[in-house]
Amino acid sequence: MAKEDGVTMIIISGDMDKVFAAFSIAVGAAAAGKETNMFFTFWGIKAIQKGNLTGQSFLGRMVGLLNRGGINTIGPSRFNFGGIGRWMFKRMMKTHKIAPLEELRKTAIDLGVKLWPCETTMQVMDIKHEDLIDEVEESCGVATMLEMAFHSKATLFV
Amino acid sequence: MPQEVKSEVKLNLEGLLCPIPIVKVSQAIKSMAVGGVLEATATDPGVLADIPAWTKSTGNELLSIEREGKLIKFLIKRVK
Repeated sequence: MAKEDGVTMIIISGDMDKVFAAFSIAVGAAAAGKETNMFFTFWGIKAIQKGNLTGQSFLGRMVGLLNRGGINTIGPSRFNFGGIGRWMFKRMMKTHKIAPLEELRKTAIDLGVKLWPCETTMQVMDIKHEDLIDEVEESCGVATMLEMAFHSKATLFV
Repeated sequence: MPQEVKSEVKLNLEGLLCPIPIVKVSQAIKSMAVGGVLEATATDPGVLADIPAWTKSTGNELLSIEREGKLIKFLIKRVK
């Protein structure tokens, strides 16, 4: 690792508000020229999924069905009301000309933010690498994340 | 009043909210030569804090930032 002032982020939440904050911070860090790495684990992995149905095993397919859809289908951590809240927040964000999450993620990718999927989450939830968006890095574990965190100035857990 | 500085690149950030203004500023600065000056206008009051913070963390020079009603104007010189 060349630079020692990067930002490492661990995204465990799959809620719209938290994922939004995470990508905003990542984009901000990248815009300040910082090497930025985001690790997606547990519910967070949904933020880098294509959105297709996943799973091979019975339970894996169940999880895939319950957790289907990509980044544009995630709802807020509060006030979701079965999807009404998601619609409401999306509408309010549009009024303020805020780009949808998918576009913010694209901006992050364009600025060089690296997206790392957690291997254990993928195995437990029966998610294959081809279920994730093409821009993600190879799946990895906690040691890879920590290695980057040790060389970062800021490490954030979302 | 700061002395008149001739800007090379003009950027309109009006109506845009965080984090997009700093993204556009960083991209514009990157496209300029060292020593070049960027002039931008914005309407998000958040830039009053964010632009000085961004120039500080990137090592570029904020020549001026001022608010005229709803409009915020600032000049950044690319240092590195």
